[in-house]
Amino acid sequence: MTAVLTITAALLFVAAALTLIRLLRGPTTHDRLVALDLLVVVLLGGIIVEAVARDAGAHLILLVVLALLGFLSTVSVLRFGVEEPR
Amino acid sequence: MSAVEIAASVLLLSGSLLAVLAAVGLLRLPDVASRLQAATKLQVLGLVLLGGGAALLGTAADALKVLLVVLFQAATAPVLAQLVGRAAHRARIGDALVRDDLQAAVEGSGLEDRSDRDG
Repeated sequence: MTAVLTITAALLFVAAALTLIRLLRGPTTHDRLVALDLLVVVLLGGIIVEAVARDAGAHLILLVVLALLGFLSTVSVLRFGVEEPR
Repeated sequence: MSAVEIAASVLLLSGSLLAVLAAVGLLRLPDVASRLQAATKLQVLGLVLLGGGAALLGTAADALKVLLVVLFQAATAPVLAQLVGRAAHRARIGDALVRDDLQAAVEGSGLEDRSDRDG
């Protein structure tokens, strides 16, 4: 079982690294927003893997907090921040 | 490995493979709208797969927490995608669409001027 968890963690790490590349390279703010969204979900996966590996169910509360944070931050950036030069 | 663990590992592995696929899609797709496609796939399905694996392995309380997050993501992912897509469309990002009905509607409705924004 631990092998599966390590493989899952490695794949999530690769996904996070690729998302960071898009985050740095993204030409527009919207690309970065999409990349951050994806990064939040990869982090959620990381928390799930960590909670399963450590057999600590209490850590799963973090998922709700992070999901809410990811959603609210993207919405607030879109509402107030993004002014692309037309 | 019992049957439950095998099922959980299949779910976990498919969830993380989907994460890598979405990240690769994010890199290779040309403009914001198509990258949005790759990102929102992961938001709900990725969590369902990974959460399902965790729920199988954990207790009923864990399964409840995972279900809560999955329902929350299922509710907010479409909203996020719509918001980002609309903002990208209004900022005219990405190569021009072959046929763009929304542009006519946006220009007609006077939404273009952002005087209402207090920013």
